[in-house]
Amino acid sequence: MYETKYHKAGSLDNATSLMGSADDGKYLGGGMTLIPTMKQRLAAPSDLVDLGGIADLQGISTDGSTLTIGAGVTHAEVAGSSDVQGAIPALAALASHIGDPHVRNCGTLGGSIANNDPAADYPAAVLALGATIKTNSREITAGDFFNGMFETSLSDDEIIVSVSFPIPEKAGYAKFPNPASRYAMAGVFAASTSDGPRVAVTGAGQDGVYREDAMEAALSADWSPAAASGVDVSADDLMSDIHGTSDYRANLVKVMAGRAVEAAG
Amino acid sequence: MSEGIGARVTRKEDKRFITGHGRYTDDIVEQNQTYAAFVRSPHAHAEILSIDRDAAKAMPGVIDVLDGKQLTGDGIGNIICGWTVNSKDGTPMAMGAWSALATQYVRYVGDAVVIVVAETQDQAREAAEAVVIDYKELPAVVSAVEALQDGAPQLHPEAPNNQIFDWEIGDEAPTDEAIAGAAHVVEMDFTNNRLSPNPMEPRSAIATYNAIEEHYTLYTTSQNPHVARLILSAFYQVAPEHKLRVIAPDVGGGFGSKIYVYPEEIACLWASMKTNGSVKWTSDRTEAFLTDAHGRDHVSTAKIGFDKDYKIVGLKVDTIANLGAYMSLFSSATPTYLYATLLSGQYNIANIHANVCTVYTNTVPVDAYRGAGRPEASFLIERLIETSARQLGISPVELRRKNFVTEFPHQTPVIMAYDTGDFEAHLSDAMKAADWDGIAARKAEAESRGKLRGIGMSCYIEACGIAPSAAVGSLGAGVGLWESAEVRVNPVGTIEILTGSHSHGQGHETTFAQLVCDRFGLPIDNVQVIHGDTDKVQFGMGTYGSRSGAVGMSAIAKALDKVEAKAKKIAAHLMEADEGDIVIENGEVKVAGTDKVLGWHEVCLAAYMAHNLPEGMEPGLKEGAFYDPANFTFPSGTYICEVEVDPETGTTDIVQFTAVDDFGVIINPMIVEGQVHGGLAQGIGQAMLEHAIYDDNGQLLTASYMDYCMPRADNLPSFTIGHTTTACPSNPLGIKGCGEAGAIGSPPAIINAITDAIGNNNLSMPATPQKVWAAYNAASTKQAAE
Amino acid sequence: MTTINMTVNGKAVSGEVEDRTLLVEFIREGLRLTGTHVGCDTSQCGACVVHVDGKAIKSCTMLAVQADGTNVVTIEGLANGADLHPVQAAFKENHGLQCGFCTPGMIMSAADMIERYDGKLDEATIRAELEGNICRCTGYHNIVKSIQAAADEMSKSA
Repeated sequence: MYETKYHKAGSLDNATSLMGSADDGKYLGGGMTLIPTMKQRLAAPSDLVDLGGIADLQGISTDGSTLTIGAGVTHAEVAGSSDVQGAIPALAALASHIGDPHVRNCGTLGGSIANNDPAADYPAAVLALGATIKTNSREITAGDFFNGMFETSLSDDEIIVSVSFPIPEKAGYAKFPNPASRYAMAGVFAASTSDGPRVAVTGAGQDGVYREDAMEAALSADWSPAAASGVDVSADDLMSDIHGTSDYRANLVKVMAGRAVEAAG
Repeated sequence: MSEGIGARVTRKEDKRFITGHGRYTDDIVEQNQTYAAFVRSPHAHAEILSIDRDAAKAMPGVIDVLDGKQLTGDGIGNIICGWTVNSKDGTPMAMGAWSALATQYVRYVGDAVVIVVAETQDQAREAAEAVVIDYKELPAVVSAVEALQDGAPQLHPEAPNNQIFDWEIGDEAPTDEAIAGAAHVVEMDFTNNRLSPNPMEPRSAIATYNAIEEHYTLYTTSQNPHVARLILSAFYQVAPEHKLRVIAPDVGGGFGSKIYVYPEEIACLWASMKTNGSVKWTSDRTEAFLTDAHGRDHVSTAKIGFDKDYKIVGLKVDTIANLGAYMSLFSSATPTYLYATLLSGQYNIANIHANVCTVYTNTVPVDAYRGAGRPEASFLIERLIETSARQLGISPVELRRKNFVTEFPHQTPVIMAYDTGDFEAHLSDAMKAADWDGIAARKAEAESRGKLRGIGMSCYIEACGIAPSAAVGSLGAGVGLWESAEVRVNPVGTIEILTGSHSHGQGHETTFAQLVCDRFGLPIDNVQVIHGDTDKVQFGMGTYGSRSGAVGMSAIAKALDKVEAKAKKIAAHLMEADEGDIVIENGEVKVAGTDKVLGWHEVCLAAYMAHNLPEGMEPGLKEGAFYDPANFTFPSGTYICEVEVDPETGTTDIVQFTAVDDFGVIINPMIVEGQVHGGLAQGIGQAMLEHAIYDDNGQLLTASYMDYCMPRADNLPSFTIGHTTTACPSNPLGIKGCGEAGAIGSPPAIINAITDAIGNNNLSMPATPQKVWAAYNAASTKQAAE
Repeated sequence: MTTINMTVNGKAVSGEVEDRTLLVEFIREGLRLTGTHVGCDTSQCGACVVHVDGKAIKSCTMLAVQADGTNVVTIEGLANGADLHPVQAAFKENHGLQCGFCTPGMIMSAADMIERYDGKLDEATIRAELEGNICRCTGYHNIVKSIQAAADEMSKSA
């Protein structure tokens, strides 16, 4: 790892001012992606601003129609939260299968979506549920947040504070993990919301997480696993690598969609 | 006695490992420790035009930056292959030059070019990035088949067409004739996938030079420290043997990959002299993927002929083996004498001919990895038999039974003389344990849940304890393959065993002590096993090829014979009895049929007091032995795998895995079972998960656990293990060896099971979900079309 | 250099570290507690698992400065004096280790797993929970058996 300067921020203002005075700083959430990247000398931030001590990023709350989760809440906390389990059980289930137990103890919701790894799980839920991302300066809708692989609409010094998920009637998530990395090779989050069915796919698309419009249409006509998995999925814009061709991923998207709907009930 | 041969004794060595007090190489820090980092080739094939070390030398903490010209200039020799295999026309193998630090050309991604020594590891790594090397990139080739073709990039001037040797075994004309006259002929193509061994402890070395004594000490992750010292001394000219101490402390797994002396150990030793200090290097996992010798990587075609009664009349095999960019230590023996000699499997085959062509490519060297040649042989023969049964419409069990060797000894046409075995015994035990006959009902039940069940078997035989030395010498081996032991009895009766074997997970500290317990009735806590240090232990050959039981323990048994004989002489003298009447048991030395008895410790003390010894006897009680086996040993077994495939995704679950092995006499069943479990996991890894893949430019695509799929707990079932026993007649303990069987026998059973489930026999390893899904769909599409 | 203070295996320790120093580097090189191992570069193998403030984490993926002020338990601190922790004892009894390199991480993960599930573990759960720990020797068979035995033992005595 290259040299770096570590700062622990006590508040959001403190964090942005630390970032402002850094040459080439990066925010540190749970560190589950950033630290391995730095270890492999693929990233060399001059400064790290640790967000782990900021109280504003903690907490899970629900008001009956919306579930709000602090950006600094770990995957293990989301998975184990009775609020999440009660409001959006699919989200708790999703969090319980991110990485491994040790990663879940450190990795955070905010870190995951800010990184927007094309094979991460959370982006599928955020997009499918039409969540709103609240930062230290504004609110961003999910549809405007993800801008392709590893890209988001966050500015360099912007910090995700929390994510608010409208509580759906029902929702399900099914993931087919990459056999080696265990990241999603195709992960489908299907939700039946007040705006109708919403389906988001992670792990498969060349541009990261995306909504599968044809499946949403099929599900609004008939909310059933068969309706979801019966939709033709084109392999054209899907990833292809040593673990799976785009054809195989297209198949997985259909199968996982059916299983997500089945899980939703 | 409960701790003797056959006892399920928990391990003496465990306490330090479960409490965090193991002592692996990287745990050790020498005084004024400095750290090495290597500058490695980013190209698969290139000419080195220039190396600029100045900027790196000027960086903070940097002690020296050294390159290959300096290394060869100091007389450090090229890395050698220790087994000479000639082509069938008599031409010697074409060994290209391999310098520990490349001087003129780099031939694979990761080839070491420069060593940087600095005060800290980070400083060394940063300085390594500052070394400027100007390369002229050359075209690369990674596939052995392509490397042989006209116009392929050429790696070594010594090896035209990249061919190292073109070797054969068996008689070709009679084999061709037998197959031509066969009633049924089955042909098949095979790819044996390339693997990365991945012991969890990465390789590591600490080289320390003492200028006053002109003496070197090397701590290293080695399976055979004495062999390492011999090679470092005799071939690489690092230091004379008596000025070089090699210590392999706790080693975290090897699986073959830690047999070899790698460039890094040589360079660290040399750099310790150049910098007059102690130089430490520890591989990270990416370096391990790039530079640890890989395993397997064969492409073969085979043809088998049967008579009208389905008896095999001939087998013909043609194999191309990828040896990577340079010839590693045993790379020539692995695809020849450890592979083609096992192609007869458990079957009586009168005619076998195999041709093996070995090839250079721009990939990391390939050498022995758990099983080493035998997994490739068993995969070929067991897939071929299964496929033949399917094509000929006969039960795979019956086809095997019809052709089993049933009389021993049995001379195969490919060197091996099987000494003993009972193939029907483990076949029927395994079929019973796996409920082979009940599969139809289980298939139907799975189908009702939308799943595809399949079952497959493999009847493997392998060869361990490679020997005798004179025979392997005549086949080209550069070493003898005996083992040494010394049994040192202390005056108080406790015992130290010094062994040339090396334990890196096999539990020698326990099983070797069990031999003493069995012999004298002493508790194993009174026995200390010492290994892995050339200053402490007499020359020995180390641990690989499942040899520590059959060869290493036999050497101990022979040394124990001598100790026992001398102790009996002393006891007979002290008790005024006939030597032949002395019995040693339960820690006591008795005169049979009388009440005369001495404590074991009393006899030992008498040996050292020397006040009252038989006339002319030397004092002391310490004996050594070198054991050179008369033959290989031949473990065999039947493995049955049952799988369930999800047709929608191709995901395959192993629902049951049954392994029944004949390992001869078993010293500690708990440890033997553990060896089988681990071997099975690596075999399942090969069959379903693992694949080291280079792209066409020679970049390794699977250089981390993000892309190289290691078996994890949820990939595997709990295993059903059983044993049958025919004692090995060629060694004093009757042991056959158990370290590699799991990895040898399992891959064909798994692929036989999956292909049974999906109804398509065309499936290569690793059978990933994608491949299984595609093969299943190809089969169902074909079925629909018909 | 930054000064850090933490409790490791019940003892207050402090050290001067570069900010880039990983927790595992501080434990191994700074404190010379070498039972915690490093087996990969990608936070997957789990040989480095320790407990920080009661949670199992990968010490190769946390900076030492991040652990400032925390309570760390490593494999060396798991036994109660000469008395092995039940998980350690079960690994020995059930031959849950061979080369021993992954073992410290396995044991620390197992102890955490048993705690989180209150000892109520079945084979499938144990295997799923071991996703972040790689062993190359045992085929996991006896590791799973060891954890099951320890869980049963600990829930019996609880």
